[in-house]
Amino acid sequence: MDFGFIFSSAASELFSPTTAAYALAALGLAVHFGYSGLLNFGQAGFMAVGAYGFAISTLTFGVPFFVGLVIAVICSVIFAMLLGIPTLRLRADYLAIVTIAAAEIVRYIVTTNQLTAVTGSANGLAAFEGGFYAMNPFPAGSYMGMNNRDFFIRIVGWGLVIVCCTLVWLLMRSPWGRVLKGIREDENAVRSLGKNVYAYKMQALIIGGVLGALAGMIFTLPRGAVQPANYGTELTFFLYTCLLLGGLGTVLGPVIGAMIFWVVLSLTQGILYGLIESGAVTWLNTVQAGQLRYILVGVALMLLMIFRPQGVFGNKKELAFA
Amino acid sequence: MSTHSEEPRPPVEIDYMTDTRPISAGDNVPGCKKRDPIVVAENVTRSFGGINAVDVEYLEIPRHKITALIGPNGAGKTTLFNLLTGFDMPNSGKWQFEGNSLAGVSSYKVARMGMVRTFQLTKVMGKLTVMENMRLGGSEQPGERLSKALFKGLWGGREKEITAQANVLLEKFKLDAKKDDYAASLSGGQRKLLEMARSLMVRPKLVMLDEPMAGVNPALTQSLLDHIKNLKAEGMTVLFVEHDMNMVRHIADWVVVMAEGKIVAEGPPGEVMKNPAVIDAYLGAHHDVDLGDAEGIKELAAELVADEESIVGTENAGIIAIDVVAAESDEARHKRKDSE
Repeated sequence: MDFGFIFSSAASELFSPTTAAYALAALGLAVHFGYSGLLNFGQAGFMAVGAYGFAISTLTFGVPFFVGLVIAVICSVIFAMLLGIPTLRLRADYLAIVTIAAAEIVRYIVTTNQLTAVTGSANGLAAFEGGFYAMNPFPAGSYMGMNNRDFFIRIVGWGLVIVCCTLVWLLMRSPWGRVLKGIREDENAVRSLGKNVYAYKMQALIIGGVLGALAGMIFTLPRGAVQPANYGTELTFFLYTCLLLGGLGTVLGPVIGAMIFWVVLSLTQGILYGLIESGAVTWLNTVQAGQLRYILVGVALMLLMIFRPQGVFGNKKELAFA
Repeated sequence: MSTHSEEPRPPVEIDYMTDTRPISAGDNVPGCKKRDPIVVAENVTRSFGGINAVDVEYLEIPRHKITALIGPNGAGKTTLFNLLTGFDMPNSGKWQFEGNSLAGVSSYKVARMGMVRTFQLTKVMGKLTVMENMRLGGSEQPGERLSKALFKGLWGGREKEITAQANVLLEKFKLDAKKDDYAASLSGGQRKLLEMARSLMVRPKLVMLDEPMAGVNPALTQSLLDHIKNLKAEGMTVLFVEHDMNMVRHIADWVVVMAEGKIVAEGPPGEVMKNPAVIDAYLGAHHDVDLGDAEGIKELAAELVADEESIVGTENAGIIAIDVVAAESDEARHKRKDSE
């Protein structure tokens, strides 16, 4: 087994654009669930809306990169309002049901054959990232072992993560964030103090949704393709895993959670494949090993919940009264 | 106050603690007009399924007074609270606060108008500190708008004022030592105090307390009572739901009695508690009969014979007829003596 390779590939996951995308989307979930108590099970839907909003506006309407970005963000705002207007006056569970259904609806719509000309159906869309890489200020060459395109997307992705984390941190330390946390604890009490709970929940849903849409774009840009299969329900649950790993009501938690998630996946894959190739494990093939690592992530999550239920960054004191 | 005016000015403001002017504008009958009402409710009804939970023909809450709302369980007191504060919408009726109609006004706007409530099941934000709970009550904090939240310069000043206000209240309610603890770590009584203090952060004109004394030990009850009295001294109006008649007698200026959704009586506490309708509704018609001995049973039976609604004394009485019951209790007594 080549441990050097296993560890280096695990380390490269730490700052991969996909990890950045997961971190952003999980940060959106932290705004929803960790701070506001909104049970959003459709974050994959927000990511899909962002990715498709960008890809379709670029390919079908031929708009420049930043216009596509704005369109994607606006689409996610509209999506959040569509979900929020009927459900935010109701109990939290209704939002959960509606979001999980809405995320699936989005996925089925883009898979529809009738819309192949626009959405590319199951094959998805490709070749929309030209506008992005055209802005690459780095000339061709090797940057820390990466080519200039890989380096550029990492810089942009993680730059976006840092900006968004700062914004969320600033928001959550403000009185606005305090109202949100109050709503998470007891929305009727907040209402009795003269705060428009509905408006706050809507704002939180939109902010988290926009973070999800940005994550969707960061997710698709390095791949150069957007496919409906990537935005299934399991994506939302991976994001929840990241969020729980890092700590619910924290800003850095989702970021570190996403890193842990991908490093654990990469490490277990490397080790399992290594064991299979060296003949130490004969009862598994590489396809099964690919599935097994998700089981191991589940086990890691269980262990974390047992021994550190507040997550890596969470506040233990908060849990004492849960 | 200017220094050169040596004579003390005559008090322009009325001392609300010693104000003895009559509260009602006429006789103390259910639904009577008040001299100075702050809340007026007219024909407010709310039914759940087929049950009329609240059916209030007319009710006025006197300003600058402590009004107690009493009544047996299920009388519709909390439902009336919910209706008045916009947490529930009535099926019909009009109600207004300081002359502004509240029909269709959502609960948060009602609170902003100065009508703040607490809850029967105390609601504190457990995972926020006591201080943050208090700050949450602060009004007109620009930082609560998303557009200004990012910039501390825009809301930091108001935050300091709110914090100062909260510190004063916390000290008054003896919670200042707990300032930085999570609200979830407070005891039940302390949570009641916190909830009351938090509602005062809104600077309300009318404080509505839903069972402020429920589950609070006697020592704390006394301090809660003092707090409620202080609210009046500071010019606030208080409306509270309570079961303990002694408390009510102690602090209320005015008592409104509800039973089965209707206002059955109102008036000053001393008067209301002598009202037969209240005793009937609240304590039960025959609450003072000792059923432990034969004399008591006979006495009750005699009362029930006189009571038109009771079947005792008619031919339908069956096994609860006075002769049967008396014979049984005699028999039971003999048996007890035998066994001794």
